[in-house]
Formats: sequence, structure tokens, C-alpha cells
Amino acid sequence: MDYFIELLFSGLTRGSIYALIALGYTMVYGIIGLINFAHGEIYMIGAFTAFIVATILSILGFPALAIIVLAGLAAVVWSASYGYTIEKIAYKPLRHAPRLSPLISAIGMSMFLQNYVLLAQTSDFLPFPQLISDFNFMEPVAHIVGSTDLVILVTTTVVMICLTILIKYTKIGKAMRATSQDRMMAMLVGINVNRIISVTFIIGSSLAAIGGMLIASHIGQINFYIGFIAGIKAFTAAVLGGIGSIPGAVLGSVVLGLTESFATGYVSSDYEDVFAFSLLVLILIFKPSGILGKADTQKV
Amino acid sequence: MLKLEKVQSGYGNILAVKGISLEVNDGEIITLIGANGAGKSTTLLTISGIVPCRSGRILLKGEEIQSLESDAIVKKGVVQVPEGRHIFPQLSVQENLDMGAFMRTDPRKVKDDLDYVYSLFPILKERRHQDGGTLSGGEQQMLAMSRALMARPQLLLLDEPSMGLAPLIIKQIFEIIQKINQESNTTIFLVEQNANLALQVANRGYVLENGKITISGSAKSLLENQDIRKAYLGL
Repeated sequence: MDYFIELLFSGLTRGSIYALIALGYTMVYGIIGLINFAHGEIYMIGAFTAFIVATILSILGFPALAIIVLAGLAAVVWSASYGYTIEKIAYKPLRHAPRLSPLISAIGMSMFLQNYVLLAQTSDFLPFPQLISDFNFMEPVAHIVGSTDLVILVTTTVVMICLTILIKYTKIGKAMRATSQDRMMAMLVGINVNRIISVTFIIGSSLAAIGGMLIASHIGQINFYIGFIAGIKAFTAAVLGGIGSIPGAVLGSVVLGLTESFATGYVSSDYEDVFAFSLLVLILIFKPSGILGKADTQKV
Repeated sequence: MLKLEKVQSGYGNILAVKGISLEVNDGEIITLIGANGAGKSTTLLTISGIVPCRSGRILLKGEEIQSLESDAIVKKGVVQVPEGRHIFPQLSVQENLDMGAFMRTDPRKVKDDLDYVYSLFPILKERRHQDGGTLSGGEQQMLAMSRALMARPQLLLLDEPSMGLAPLIIKQIFEIIQKINQESNTTIFLVEQNANLALQVANRGYVLENGKITISGSAKSLLENQDIRKAYLGL
């Protein structure tokens, strides 16, 4: 039973991280219909930023909590500025081009960022400092649920609640939904669609940065390639849940995380990816629009 | 209020509007009639800044607006109800109306306007928590017009408000159009395929054929014009 609960929590933790990244994919897809393949790299840059800032601050002797908060903030701001800039450079000029063009631009951007970090940093794995120390109150259950897992779950939940409130109740959130449902009409009611797109990239990148920092301190090492794998998994989760749907991205991520965790625990860790992508294939065969996605019907 | 001077616009290689000039005076209802594909909707979308104006000038109260972004044009009081209504399907009726008031900065007056549109269309108030996409065609047209009114337009552009609606609903919609024109002195630019109906409420009209204006005049004179009677009124 302990083993089951351990796997359950490890699956939820994975799922949370996937969700933080998958939201960026699904929100951008919802607004401009583009799979932003550079999104994984934003996550990786978030992890690197947190790494650099955390290392500097710990040398300067800052307390642990201050390091987490400041490193997190730095990662969010830095990744968000990358997300914003990428959209302006690589996607905005292609707004009216055929759909394939921005997609190729996104793949190019992804490769560029990977190699840029490779050159600017290193190709080696860097040991990521353990930002979150073990809590005393977690002692009795520490063999099942780690303190980092708890922090990841709580942080993700708080972030999701904030995002839901933003999307559902604020003016900018309503404008984002309106833009994703009917862009021309959004323009006709006076919404500055370019601004909405920028805000979407900023929010998505911030979430990815938070995910990057959390997972890096959980796993304990980073390199320039982590964005690719995490990006593919999170993209899978977004498609699984129904691309374009925000609750779908979260649900898809949790399902994917749990699948991977249980497959690893009960079958073999060698088959982790096999199970993940088999799940995707099954969903695509039997419900191509994803778990919560709506079938794309054209009204005439 | 609004003046178009030799405006050209279109999509890709196709020129849909081939140099049209027309004028809308303060407080009047004018109508642009014409067959399918004549360029009526493109004209309205060009005024709103959705389709770029390739040449010519669009003047709003003497000021050139043809190179402004669509949101800036809405801020200047030119608001459009596009063809096909374009309700945000997964926003509630209330949220659709909120979006109409997106660029307003006077929340108290927005509240008054909300009460006003709910008084014009009580059915919308009943359905305010329902998703826009679940409304019937007539209700969607009411919502689309209400959403436009929430922006306090000085010039309201209406594209085919009668399309796909039952005769009784059309009658109601056109009564409201006249009411909006009279009560809040909103200038109305009406595009219609139903020329008979449009000319009955309008002060003046223009006939658009193949991207060019061929006939213009008072609504009364157009209704009596033999060519128009044959081509557009089926008489």
C-alpha cells in the first residue's frame, strides 16, 4: 500500500510539472493556433536562470527561503521576457502566413535556443542546488512523499487557482477567451489582439519557468537538453487533454504523470515512455480531440 | 460623420472594393445594397480596419482613419455588428456584453447601458448566464446588436442583420434599429441584401455592383427606380 501511495504522489508531482508546461502549449494554441515548439526551451531557460541566481545568492549567504523566492522570480521574469521576444521575432511577422511557416519558425527557434544555451553555458549536466530542505513535519511520511513533492504539489495548485481566477473573472482573462474563440470579433469590440497574444506568451512562459525551477531542484541536475524531453511530454499531455482546453491540459498532465509513474513502478522504468506515448496513440485513435477537447465542427 | 473617398480593398490578388466613394451624415440611416459578392461586407470590414485599405481615404469627422488599428477605430466610436453575428460561443450572454464594453473606462455608465440593452431585449436578461452559442439565431442577432451598443457607438455598422431570421424577428430587429437611431441619435450604416426592407428604414441608399457604386440617392427615389425595382426588389 505504501508503495502504491508513493507511486501515486510521484505521479501527481510529475503531472503537476507537465501541467505547468502544458498550459503554455494549450493557451498559445488556443489563441493563435500554433504549437510553440520553443516552449520547452523556455522551461529550460527558466531552470538555468533559477540555477544561476540560486548559486550566486547561496554564495552570498542568503537564507534558503529568500533564495527560492528570488530565484523563482528571476526565472519567471527572464523566461517571460524570452517568451515575449520569441513571439515578436519568430511568430508575429508570420501571423498571416500559411500555418506551416510559424511551425517551422518555432522548431528553428527551439534549436537556436538549445544551442545558444549549450554555447553560453555547457553541455555537461550541472548539479542543481537542493533549494527545498526537508521539512520536519514530513519526517513520518518521508519515505513515501518527499518535501519537494509537497512543495511542487502545493505550488502548482496555487498557481492553477490563480490562473483560473485570471481567465474566468478578470477583464484580460475574458478578452483572452474572446480572442481564442473569435479573433476577428475580438478586434471588432476593440480588443488589441497583439497585446492579448503577448500576455498569453508571458503567462505561459512564467508557468514554464516555475515548472523548470521546481523540477530542477527535484531532480537535482540540469542541462541544455531538458527542455526538449519535458516539452514533448507536456505537449503530449496537452494533446491528451484536448489541445486548446485549459482544464484539459491539467487533466491530461495528471493522467500522463500517473501513467508513467505506475508503469515505472509496477512494470519497468524502461517502458515509461512506451506507456506514455501508447496512451497518446490510444486517445488519438478513439477520441482525437482529446479527453476534454471539443470536436472541431464547422457551422455553415 | 463618415466619408469614403475612392476606397480600394480586397483579399490577396482579388480587389473586392474598387474605388468607392460615399458619405454618411450625422444622425442618418444609410444603406448599402447589392447582390452577393458585390463587396458590401468588405466595405464595412475596411472601415473597421479588419481588411486593410489599399488606396483612397476614410474620413471620420474629417480625420483620416484608414491606417488606424481596429481597436483604435472602435475607440473613436465606429462599432460593427458583422455578418453572421459572431457571438463568442463559449462566453455567457453577460460576458459577451462585457466584451462589447471592453474599451470603456466609465464603469458607471456601462452599468446604465447594460440596463438599457436589457430593456431593449428582455430575453437576453433572462438568458444572461447562458453561453452565447446556445442562443437561437434571432437571440444571437439581438445579442450582437446589444454588444455593439455597449460600446456606445456614434456610428453603428450593421452587416446583414436580417440574415437567416424569421420575418417576425426581422421586423422586431428593424424596429429596434430605428429606435436606436432616434433615441440615442446613433448614425447607422446598414448593409442588406433585403433591399426592400433596408430602403424602408433608410434615409438614403447606395447600390453596390461588382465593387463599384452604380446608383445613389434618397431611399424613396431608389424604391421608385425601375432598374432597382427589377434587380433588387423583384418587382
